[in-house]
Amino acid sequence: MAHTEQEVLAGLAEIVAEETGLPTDAVALEKSFTDDLDIDSLSMMTIVTHAEDKFGVRIPDEEVKNLTTVGDAVTYITNAQG
Amino acid sequence: MSPVALRQAVGPAHSRVLAIGTARGEHVVTNDDVAGPIDSSDEWIRQRTGIITRRRAGADVDVVDLSETAARDALARAGLQGGDIDTVIVSTVTYFHQTPAAAAVLAERIGATPAAAFDVSAACAGYAYAIAQADALVRAGTARHVLVVGAEKMSDFIDPTDRSISFLLGDGAGAAIVGPSDTPGIGPTVWGSDGAKAQAIRQTHAWSALRDDPTLGWPTLRQDGQSVFKWASFQMAPVAAKAMAEAGVSPGDVAAFVPHQANMRIIDQMVKQLQLPPTVAIGRDIADTGNTSAASIPLATRRLLDEGQVSSGDLALQIGFGAGLVYAAQVIVLP
Repeated sequence: MAHTEQEVLAGLAEIVAEETGLPTDAVALEKSFTDDLDIDSLSMMTIVTHAEDKFGVRIPDEEVKNLTTVGDAVTYITNAQG
Repeated sequence: MSPVALRQAVGPAHSRVLAIGTARGEHVVTNDDVAGPIDSSDEWIRQRTGIITRRRAGADVDVVDLSETAARDALARAGLQGGDIDTVIVSTVTYFHQTPAAAAVLAERIGATPAAAFDVSAACAGYAYAIAQADALVRAGTARHVLVVGAEKMSDFIDPTDRSISFLLGDGAGAAIVGPSDTPGIGPTVWGSDGAKAQAIRQTHAWSALRDDPTLGWPTLRQDGQSVFKWASFQMAPVAAKAMAEAGVSPGDVAAFVPHQANMRIIDQMVKQLQLPPTVAIGRDIADTGNTSAASIPLATRRLLDEGQVSSGDLALQIGFGAGLVYAAQVIVLP
């Protein structure tokens, strides 16, 4: 069953918190992964992999550079759900 | 008239690694030494790769020179002479000659002539690929003592301005001698390839392109770092787990995990994915040797043995992975 945007955000926040040690409420839609959350390119790939597993979606490597903000990722994952 | 019954070679039931020898590039190259042309810093390189220094060889040293040093070290440790070796396999992607193979030149240098000799091209997986070959050759009765060498002079294929891979790379060689054993010493090899990702780690252009357009300059290496990180961290851990399962061992049984030394971040992620207990020693030679491609597993293994983190007879899980993409993993009994 498809997750709502709110559910994707909550799930993504848990993944980001696990990878970075940040509190989940720091992971808001408008936050930039690199500039606000200080997530480097390798950590981003770890987050993407866990998100793929959690939400049952495929995020191609070449798409990852377009996921600038948490909101970008939430929108992509929500739309990619079958 | 009935045909003559053909005789096929029959080998010993088991094989093992008898000794591991090494050679490292003589020069210590710091992060500050490589940071300038890529507009980077010691801190950035350490944080992204775990590398503090890398070892590089001098201009007058080539892949066969590094191989010879490592091979002589392994022979001495095994108590064998060059003449005891009947097969030589060199895994390298940085030997300058299309032909003859580095292995034939090495065999002659160490007095192993007329050993069978050939090179393997499997990049950073090459050592584990060659161990698979050696294991099979010994148990099939085709060879008795196989010298396996992973040797690379990566510094001949770097671009100082490249931010993708050049700053990771080092030079070195690791040699293993595989021979017959009374007990199982090399577990089943789990290996494979994915040519759809052939461009993930690549040479900038083919030699033929350089021939046709000399302005292209010397080819060097590039990688799609993020893609390789994801593939190595998350798709290679299951391969390593399968090698343990096929060998009939669990993570608690292995004393060491020695992955290819590509990047400390990959190593850390693989350890996490494999859920290895803290008792398992982890090969982390990359910190001051750099990524030496086919040489990295034996270099890291030798170091764990020298530092007393593991002992002869312990089990080590090793996995190589790299350009191809190709990969191979097996559990071995340490010499």
